[in-house]
Amino acid sequence: MSAPALLLFACMLLVPLGLTTVLSFHVFDHATGVKDGYTTAHYLAVVTDEYYHGIFWRTFWISGLTTLLCLAIGAPEAYILSRMSNPWRSICLLVVLAPLLVSVVVRAFGWSMLLGPQGVINHALQAIGLGPVRILYTETAVIIALVHVMLPFMVIPIWTSLQKLDPWVENAALSLNASPFTALRRIVLPQVVPGLLSGSLLVFGLSASAFAIPGLLGGRRLKMVATVVYDEYLHELNWPLGGAIALVLLLANLIVMLSYNRLFERRYKNAMG
Amino acid sequence: MSFLTLTHLSKCYGSQRVVDDLTLSVAKGEFVSLLGPSGCGKTTTLQMIAGFTEVSSGQITLDGRDITHTAPNTRGLGIVFQSYALFPHMTVSENIAFGLEMRRMPRAERHERVKATIALVHLEAHADSYPRQLSGGQRQRVALARALVIEPPVLLLDEPLSNLDAKLREEMQFELRHIQRKVGTTTLMVTHDQTEAMSISDRVVVMQAGRVTQIDAPFTLYEQPQTRFISDFVGKANVLTGHVAASGVHVNISPGDLSLAVDSIGLTPGAPALLSLRPERIWFTAQAQGLLDGQVIARFFLGSQWLYRLETVAGELMVLCPNSDAPALEEGSLTGLSWSSAALRVLP
Repeated sequence: MSAPALLLFACMLLVPLGLTTVLSFHVFDHATGVKDGYTTAHYLAVVTDEYYHGIFWRTFWISGLTTLLCLAIGAPEAYILSRMSNPWRSICLLVVLAPLLVSVVVRAFGWSMLLGPQGVINHALQAIGLGPVRILYTETAVIIALVHVMLPFMVIPIWTSLQKLDPWVENAALSLNASPFTALRRIVLPQVVPGLLSGSLLVFGLSASAFAIPGLLGGRRLKMVATVVYDEYLHELNWPLGGAIALVLLLANLIVMLSYNRLFERRYKNAMG
Repeated sequence: MSFLTLTHLSKCYGSQRVVDDLTLSVAKGEFVSLLGPSGCGKTTTLQMIAGFTEVSSGQITLDGRDITHTAPNTRGLGIVFQSYALFPHMTVSENIAFGLEMRRMPRAERHERVKATIALVHLEAHADSYPRQLSGGQRQRVALARALVIEPPVLLLDEPLSNLDAKLREEMQFELRHIQRKVGTTTLMVTHDQTEAMSISDRVVVMQAGRVTQIDAPFTLYEQPQTRFISDFVGKANVLTGHVAASGVHVNISPGDLSLAVDSIGLTPGAPALLSLRPERIWFTAQAQGLLDGQVIARFFLGSQWLYRLETVAGELMVLCPNSDAPALEEGSLTGLSWSSAALRVLP
């Protein structure tokens, strides 16, 4: 029964991945392009070159910070949403999901208008005597836009976890003299760990491989891994190097996510069942 | 004398009065049940005492202290929720210890108390299990232990046994009463199950549509139901309609007439009257020898008893007979029915 899905999965994911892997080991010459010989030179370049280290480091700290901000905003948001009653809950859920309904390019341009030197935010900052501030084409702009786009991916898993909670459990904690905050921290929070975990993984993975937002809001100089891959493929025409960078990103992403998952799973294994 | 008192307690949602002018006082150590069909306001009453639902008007006092508007986490009441609401990420001991931890009890003392309470509910073997590893009955015990360990002045039970199967429910009824007697905690239980309310309570409060209809000991409630609703709701009852004659109540029977003697204190002659007759108070006689003749239309074997449904001139009657040596009546057989005049109760 799962054969068609498996076939689709193999065609759409495994074959291109395999081809990219093979390609990344090919010799490349700037004058003649991709050659028949095999080499590990591209991987060596990525692993040893300070330039790539900087880009990988920036990608991961931006993704990490985006994940943290999404957790800080998304968790309370999901909790408030779960406490709302209809129709407000549906309306607010729609607002949360709204970023997904607009093209990522349109959203990025929207942010660039807001954050630009003549944008609304700079005007406002100037009005209270704090501006002008350079936001566009900095890490700040990328993080703001990423948090905005990624928030639904954080809110939805947490919200789903909260839905599974027995609503009386919190009251039970209150009846046992716990303050509302203690009830939240000791009773509700541990039970939504799966939601926090899957939300974080989604946001981190998507942020680390984000392309449009760093491309449009980071400018030409502020590069992240996905934009470098794009440059290698389309500007340098060095496909093997682009493929190698992409695969290193995939690997690094996998390592970060798996170790994060392991860390939490071990700690909350008993509670999760 | 009274420990927990509810005075003219009301709860309104918009124009709907869910609980209407409820007054009740519970003595220390007493076991009181709030009994009624679903939607009668009994759970709302419990929620108001627990502090989870705002009181619209009226007052709640506990041991002389007004707790009407205090926060739920300062009332210190023990609550067993219908869903048990156990903390799924904590073991049985951690669940039970939570309340003590919140009261900042020293670790050593806390450990002792938890151990003693686990022993009280016979869960020694499961102290380190998680709630999902326990059966329904065991979870129920954990919920009870968690509420009792804090030594609350009042224990509130919200349909505590409704999620258990029939056999287990009966066992837990005895167990619950046993534990309550042993600990001596004043207890208020909400239930829709009349046998449950009758078997374990000192007093039963019958509620209907937000109002209290009768507060009495289970035996009195059963023997002297004050409304037709209670006589139907509590146990099984045959209700006969008639009107009051000069002496006693004259039960209307078509085609013939039959006079039945009852105590007619406070009844006006000529007024219509309702009579309640418990099915276990009727006995069979030879045909035409009793007060009424009837034909068996159905019979049900309940183990210790037979339940008969008979067609009579007074309408359909239920009769409960112990399952003794005597052979049971066949369906379709004709028989006489009799009862003592004291068995007939006039419903107000």
